[in-house]
Amino acid sequence: MDKRKETGVQRETGRNTAGDPFVTAVLQSLRTNMREYTMVVLLVGIWLVFTYLTSGMFIEPRNLSNLFLQSVSVAVLAVGMVLVIVAGHIDLSVGSLVGLMGAIAGYLQVNMNMGTVPVIIITLAAGILVGIWQGYWIAYRGVSAFIVTLAGMMVFRGLVIRVTGGATISPMNHSFKEIGQGYLPKLISTSPINDSSALLGLAVIGLYVFWQIRLRKNRVKYGFEVPDRKLFGLRLAVTSLVIAFVFGIMTDYMGIPYAVLILMALTVLFNFVAEKTVFGRHIYAIGGNKEAARFSGINIRRTTMLLFIIMGALTAVSGIIFTARLNAAGASAGNLFELDAIAAAIIGGASTMGGEGSVYGAIIGALVMASIDNGLSLMNADASLQYAAKGLILLFAVWVDIASRKRAA
Amino acid sequence: MDRIQSDYVLEMVGIKKEFAGVKALEDVNLRVKWGEVHALVGENGAGKSTLMKILSGMYPAGEYEGRIFIRGAEQSFRSLKDSEKTGMAIIFQELTLVKQMTVSENIFLGNEIARRGIVDWNNTYELTKRALREVRLELNPSTKVKNLGIGQQQLVEIAKAISKNAEILILDEPTAALTETESANLLQIVLELKKKGVTCIYISHKLSEVLQIADTITVLRDGRTIATESAENMSENKIISLMVGRELTQRFPRREHVPGPVILKVKDLTVHDPDVPDKVALRGISFEARQGEILGVAGLMGAGRTELATSIFGTYGRGISGEIFLDGKKLKPGTPREAIKSGLGYVSEDRKNNGLVLMMDIKNNVMLASYESVTKLKVINQNEVIRHSNHFVSSLRIKTPTLEQRVQNLSGGNQQKVVLSKWLMTNPKVLIMDEPTRGIDVGAKYEIYHIMNDLVKQRVSIIMISSELPEILGMSDRIIVMHEGRIVAEMAASEATQEKIMSYATGGMKRG
Ligand SMILES: Nc1ncnc2c1ncn2[C@@H]1O[C@H](COP(=O)(O)OP(=O)(O)OP(=O)(O)O)[C@@H](O)[C@H]1O
Ligand SMILES: [Mg+2]
Repeated sequence: MDKRKETGVQRETGRNTAGDPFVTAVLQSLRTNMREYTMVVLLVGIWLVFTYLTSGMFIEPRNLSNLFLQSVSVAVLAVGMVLVIVAGHIDLSVGSLVGLMGAIAGYLQVNMNMGTVPVIIITLAAGILVGIWQGYWIAYRGVSAFIVTLAGMMVFRGLVIRVTGGATISPMNHSFKEIGQGYLPKLISTSPINDSSALLGLAVIGLYVFWQIRLRKNRVKYGFEVPDRKLFGLRLAVTSLVIAFVFGIMTDYMGIPYAVLILMALTVLFNFVAEKTVFGRHIYAIGGNKEAARFSGINIRRTTMLLFIIMGALTAVSGIIFTARLNAAGASAGNLFELDAIAAAIIGGASTMGGEGSVYGAIIGALVMASIDNGLSLMNADASLQYAAKGLILLFAVWVDIASRKRAA
Repeated sequence: MDRIQSDYVLEMVGIKKEFAGVKALEDVNLRVKWGEVHALVGENGAGKSTLMKILSGMYPAGEYEGRIFIRGAEQSFRSLKDSEKTGMAIIFQELTLVKQMTVSENIFLGNEIARRGIVDWNNTYELTKRALREVRLELNPSTKVKNLGIGQQQLVEIAKAISKNAEILILDEPTAALTETESANLLQIVLELKKKGVTCIYISHKLSEVLQIADTITVLRDGRTIATESAENMSENKIISLMVGRELTQRFPRREHVPGPVILKVKDLTVHDPDVPDKVALRGISFEARQGEILGVAGLMGAGRTELATSIFGTYGRGISGEIFLDGKKLKPGTPREAIKSGLGYVSEDRKNNGLVLMMDIKNNVMLASYESVTKLKVINQNEVIRHSNHFVSSLRIKTPTLEQRVQNLSGGNQQKVVLSKWLMTNPKVLIMDEPTRGIDVGAKYEIYHIMNDLVKQRVSIIMISSELPEILGMSDRIIVMHEGRIVAEMAASEATQEKIMSYATGGMKRG
């Protein structure tokens, strides 16, 4: 093979460095990541509007902390939903499943007096079983996910009503309740702020910076092009600030809720799975072009099966957290969660055609949804307005996405 | 609006176009005379398709710099519809027919013959038949497009343009996917249109074609007009040196190969068409491929060459009988995963549908079939991904600003190089290449031939399916010819001639 130097061709083409190269680089970086940023801008915009409308109540740490907590159930679903959508499928059953998983947990704990740990294990197993069931029909029997999960939506809602007997099951044990309501305890009980949360925040920032620097060093060692030092520094600083902001808010209120911690861990984990593992890349390939995936020897069936198993497990996590937060399981729990989760994934940049989307985006989308709910209820607006607002934001977000993409093309 | 003298039916002056930091066109001038066939040539990524998208309004006024004049009047098209109003019709490099719809629905898509919103099917059929006759296509107008071969689809596109009574017809690599006979037929049709006064802009990498039909030739390089010359003053070598900026002494870098032992053995393979179960697609196929040789597979479109390749690879067919051995191991039919694992690669002829994931970037497409090789504990080593991708981008000269570029933004030829990289990345023992140089410029072709030679030197067995006979004759060590789902001849390259292959391929001679 022709051994031209590994530098070469790709670097020679159009790189205009008119004006300050740093500013140009920042603008360039902004432009290429435009889609991610538009959604963040949308979220910040919504927050500003609500802050204004509620004369500052919205932005108080207490409220934001609650907002994060409220968003967790849907956000956990959105983490899985975005992968399902990227693969070119859809899952309509997750709302009913959150209800069913909650009902199973409630039944086991309240009616059968089981301890919290076995309840969690059995509920997760139930979620995985449901995932196997739906995955089997989709991957191995070729029924479209839309149909399989539409059927699931009805079947599982029926089961919820059966298990709960139409009534509310409560109360849960204290330890179970803590999953949805508890906060990371202080290390020193007399300290004025939640010291453990603050330390955790610092640790996360430290790890992030360390990791990024190591990655960059590694790239340099391999002789790859890396972003300019100043740009790299800027990126580190901005991301660290965002992390500090999120942890700061919660530290300032009562500390980090366990549920938010679980969500954070799942987000990082699944972003990693999507970007850095073979399974994740295969999901994108299958959704982007199924034929090309098949011709590349990708095991489409197994990947699809695994995807729905993961989705099933995540519905169990979501159901557990939701039940814990309400301290009760009810027949209508999780109603319409599937729509919020789908909307979150789409607002976060997932393409309804498959092949595109990101886990971080889906989290932003879930926060957008939760912010609207939260802000409007602070204003005592009625439910009709909440639905209408969420619908319009969905429409608007997708339009912004399309419009910005056209400009970039 | 100032008028320039109207010697030219069409003028593009000082065209510039940039995509998110990439300058695709820097300064292009194109002047086309009334009623001529004007050829546009240039390397992959030179900017030919982009220029035509600007001309046709696909990239609306304001997204580029420069001026366009049609019949002396300045234009600023905002859409394809605008340009069609001036009598222009364009056939894009990537076909744009709706596969699920019928031929006549496609031909009149957007221009439906209707009265008060109700389609007049009788009239539509009549006009479809007439348009099809002009391109010499014997087809039922209600055939679904997905049942047509690529060559036929290309002709349907032309029929569609003709039905719009186009006065300026733009063809972007219309013969890339066609066999020699189909190409000759298409060129004939273009010449007939020219006689009727249609002006034609013709983009092609097949220089012999270009010299055959063009009156004037414009050469683009790196987004600039390098030359516009009357075809009489041009030769293939002159065009090539203008295109690539250097002399290319040899078209086929043939090397002496020393074939080793048999690595792929196909025994009595019979395969049925998966859509029409009674139809036999391949009948009694037996052949062998050796390590360190190039086996050429010739035949007309529809002879079953691609079906043969995909049956071996495991993505085609039902009711399969016969045996396939790769490196002594029997391959199970219908399992491309197993085939790849045992060392088989297949560079497909249809890069858009089954070669690439267009919305993914270059590096992920390169790695698509071989993530496992750069993975530890199921986690991908990104550094390795970048290293390998960089290697292919520079060794195959893929023209792109970064590895993160989406493949859909690459020019057609560069997309083809990405597909090739994907398979080179799997380190195959046997590599089936189905029309490997389709849509690739002469310089890059030469590089791909070199790569093939290198692979052969590393004892890889290459099976090359090609509709370009010079390529088959220039590169193969051995040649098999297919006709109607059978192998009708096998010969050493030294004994082969174009005439001999063609007569077998058309069924003229029986296997003797
Ligand atoms: N949408 C796009 N976004 C970014 N870059 C693009 C886009 N479309 C084209 N380009 C770039 O512009 C250049 C010109 O591409 P173009 O498709 O016009 O080449 P071409 O001459 O038609 O090549 P080929 O012979 O391979 O078809 C290429 O470098 C290509 O990567
Ligand atoms: Mg092109």
